[in-house]
Parts: sequence; C-alpha cells; structure tokens
Amino acid sequence: MSLTEKQVSQIAYLARLSLSNEALKSNTKDLNSILSLAEQLAEIDTNDITPMAHPLHMTQRLREDKVTEQDQSESFQAIAPKIGKKHYLVPTVIE
Amino acid sequence: MDVHNKTIAQLSQGLKAGDFSSAELTKHYLDRINTSELNAFITVTDELAMEQARAADDKIIKGNAGILTGIPYAHKDIFCTNGVKTSAGSKMLDNFISPYDATVSHKLNQADLVMLGKANMDEFAMGSSNENSYYGDVKNPWNVSKIPGGSSGGSAAAVAGRLAPFATGTDTGGSIRQPASLCGITGLKPTYGRVSRYGMIAYASSLDQAGPMTQTAEDAALVLNVMAGFDEKDSTSANRDVEDYTENLNDSIKGLTIGLPKEFFSEGLDDEVANQVMAAVKEFESMGAIVKEISLPNSAYAIPTYYIVAPCECSSNLSRLDGVRYGYRCDDPKNLDDLYLRSRSEGFGEEVKRRIMIGAYALSAGYYDAYYLKAQKVRHLISDDFKKAFKQVDVIMGPVSPTTAFDLGSVKDPVSMYLADIYTLSANLAGLPGMSIPAGFSQNLPVGLQLIGDYWSESKLLNIAHQFQQQTDWHTQTPGDKS
Repeated sequence: MSLTEKQVSQIAYLARLSLSNEALKSNTKDLNSILSLAEQLAEIDTNDITPMAHPLHMTQRLREDKVTEQDQSESFQAIAPKIGKKHYLVPTVIE
Repeated sequence: MDVHNKTIAQLSQGLKAGDFSSAELTKHYLDRINTSELNAFITVTDELAMEQARAADDKIIKGNAGILTGIPYAHKDIFCTNGVKTSAGSKMLDNFISPYDATVSHKLNQADLVMLGKANMDEFAMGSSNENSYYGDVKNPWNVSKIPGGSSGGSAAAVAGRLAPFATGTDTGGSIRQPASLCGITGLKPTYGRVSRYGMIAYASSLDQAGPMTQTAEDAALVLNVMAGFDEKDSTSANRDVEDYTENLNDSIKGLTIGLPKEFFSEGLDDEVANQVMAAVKEFESMGAIVKEISLPNSAYAIPTYYIVAPCECSSNLSRLDGVRYGYRCDDPKNLDDLYLRSRSEGFGEEVKRRIMIGAYALSAGYYDAYYLKAQKVRHLISDDFKKAFKQVDVIMGPVSPTTAFDLGSVKDPVSMYLADIYTLSANLAGLPGMSIPAGFSQNLPVGLQLIGDYWSESKLLNIAHQFQQQTDWHTQTPGDKS
C-alpha cells in the first residue's frame, strides 16, 4: 500500500503542517519509502507478545497533593510571542 | 603539552596545584572556540563562562572545591539553561531563552563547572550527521569535509577538536555513540532513567537518555558521577542510588566474557571498520577476556521499529510547539489555524516535519495497530534478545557505525541515512547502556568500538573501557590544529 499525495496532504494537516507542491511530492516519495521499511515488521510473528511501551518496568509514582511550583507566569510570559494580562493572545477564535 | 589536550582528571589536578586558574583555562578554550571553523557551537557564553570560572577560582583558593570545580564544558543545546538561548538546533526555538534550568544543567552548575556555550546539534536531535541543524553543518575535526555524526555532532566535534574538555550529549538512537565514534572520542549512553530528562527537550521520551562525551573513560566516569541520579521532576527517572563510577575503573577484566553478535558483522559493514573492531576485540583477549559468538536475531528489525516508535513519540512531543506560548510565531496569522500551520511549517526543518508526519500517520485511527502497536511488540522481542544474551556474556561488543565519517552532503535519501543507525538503535529500544570508545583509524578517520552492557552496568562498562585505554593510545590521538 502506498500513500497518495492527497493522503500525505491530509496527514500534514493532521500534524498542522502545510506543504508546498514541491514538498508534497518529495514527502510523498520519502514517506512511502519509510513506510515500506516499516512494512518489514509484518514479517515477524508477534502473536502473544505484549507491546513494550517503555524500557523500565516501573509504575507511575504518586506524590503528596501539595503545591510545589511557584507562580512563574511572568518569566514564562516574557518569552511569549504575544500576551495580554496573564494570558496568551492568538487571533480571534469566536467573533 | 598543550593544556587543551589534557583530560578532565589532569586539568583537575592542574587547577588544584595552581598550575593554571579556571579563568585562564576558560579563556584558552574560549579563544579556541572563537577561532574554530568547526561550527560546533550555536551560542558561546563568553561572559557567563568567565564569571563561573572566577567563582570557581575563588572556591579553589579557599580550599572548598570539588573534583570538577572550574572545569569548562560544552553543553548540548537540547538542555534548558536559565537565561541562555536553548534552540535544540531549530528555527522554532531560535528566540527561546529558557526560563529554567534542566536538572542536568542544575547539577553541572552545582558542581561548579564552567559552561563555555551551547553545542550545535541536529534539529530536535533528529539526525545522524548534524546536517539537520538550523545553524549549519558541524564539521568533523579529523577532516572538515566530513560529517561529525549526529545528533550530538557539535558536542563530539568540540571534544575531538579540543574546544572543550568534555561535552554533554543525548542519545535517542545513537546520538552520543555514533558521533563519538566518528570523531574519535569516548561517549557513554547510560541506562534509560539513569540521568534525568527534566528540561532536556524531548524527542522520543521512552528512548531519550543523556550522557557524557569525553576523551577518556575515566573522564566519563567523573562526569557521570555528576549527571546521574534520581529526579522527582522526571516521572521515568530511576529511584536507585548513584554509584561512584570511578570506583571500579581499575578492576581486572580477566575472565570477562565478551559476546559478539553475528548480526553486527554481516553485510553492510565496511571491511576496514570490521578489521579495527576485531583488532580491539583481540586486544581484550590478550588482556584475559573470553570471546563468544552470540545472536541477536531481531536486531535488523531495530531500524523499522525505531523509525516507527521514535516518530510517534516525536509527533506527540513536538505538538507543544504551536507558536502560542513560546518559540517561533509566523507573521500576521489570519486565524488560529493559520497561526498553527504557518508557525510550524516555517519553524520546523525538513527532517523534523518528515518524522512528525510519519508519527501522525502511524498513530492515526486504523493504522495504530499495524504500525505503532506492532513496533512496540517487536521492541519487546529485541529487548528479549538482549536478556538471553546477557545470560551468556558480561558485555556485548561490535561496531558503532557501519562506516567511518562520510562526506558532508553525500547522503540525501532519508532511508539511507536511517540504515546507518543499525548498530546503535537496539540499545535504546531495550533501554540498555552503551559506549563508544576509540579503537583505531581507517584512512585517517576514527573508528569506534561499541560496548553494550546489561541494565545499570555503567560502572562495568567504564571499567572495561578504562582497562582498554590503559593498553591502547587511540583515545589520546588528536586531529591537531591543522583543520
């Protein structure tokens, strides 16, 4: 199975990326060659194999429910592209 | 002897003995960096470095210095550094002045180390040649027309080019070991979870691990002593005590059992690289080690497994970069969707976009089972291969990279580039520690030997590497200043 340019364009949009016509062509070729590499995995019998999400068999730690972080909004907002008072500004979403 | 050829251990003695001050040392390295053509640094922190050096000298004079007080280093630009630009090699973060320190940065500061600057790297650590940096290619100090390896290419070039006594690196699929090999230095990727990932810009969270890049195994042990340790702020940090990694360096390796996976010596491996690796293995035999052939039957599948798992994790991790709260934002966004689309499209480089798209596809409804879940199952098989192997042997050895450093610009097809990661990926998938140590030369380019150990065997790996470096002098060779 190989991806069409239309599908690649949809995938790009899913990831909020836009591709020029030229980039769409080259990415369609590259994505297809990467996926055909991935298709080697189908050769392996993985019945009864549990998926390994993580190298260490550990459980998520819990911590005491208390405030540990200080308010750093000022320093975080200092590097933001556009801010208001204690919020980040983006183009109008609701008219 | 030029001071920049000294190891950390030697520099530490020199500082304590008053042979030179940290300020003098720091100035010497800064001068070398500022006249270097390797492009190993994205940001040089001259003023901060001199300030840290003077503070370190104060401590040395007052007699309350630690072993690494006043030692300069290059910090991979993937570690957040409070008040200093942290770009991850990307246009996306070109304007990102980190408001906090990564745990690794904090620990290095606490040990009174002197940061010379932020080392160049492949964008978001995605690459094996350091040609994917927004800040330009890094050059290999042994031959400036060659790649230094990646993604910690700036770190490796800085150490090999003697622009810093050591550098930090991160390794998701070989990004410490491969550039260490191609630049002829020592690099250690610890067990997953040994070094905190907090503040280390995430690429693939179940694979990423930070470690030291140094001239010698002894130096790597000294630096790992500082970097390693449990961290509340990293949910996958291992809650285990940190050993003193220098303690076992001098142990005898007589009787050590070395496994050579036959899959690591099959087609695709350059003959000269194979010869150098085998010569190194012979050296170990002469030191009393026993060599066994082993098999890691699923290791060839490490490439497709990695190139599904890592892109899936990266597409999720990099979704935070949306032009809203920090980083690059496009000019005049028409609406919110346009802001996301153009900020990300203009901010990310080609390879990063490719991996994000592969991940987005492999995680999408209808394809998740066929790609991501399948890859995670194969990952389990790859990990089990190692478990079986470590019942028979103490350490696994083999090549790091199938060839020596190739020409800048010579590999254009992404899949061909991925195939060169064949020997390093499986250690990341399993979460095992691995090292690259200098083991010879082929046509004047360094060849590295890879050591892979069982979980938490950093101390053993460093011991094995140190013993090898007592018998060989590959690690002391330098490209000189001709480049």
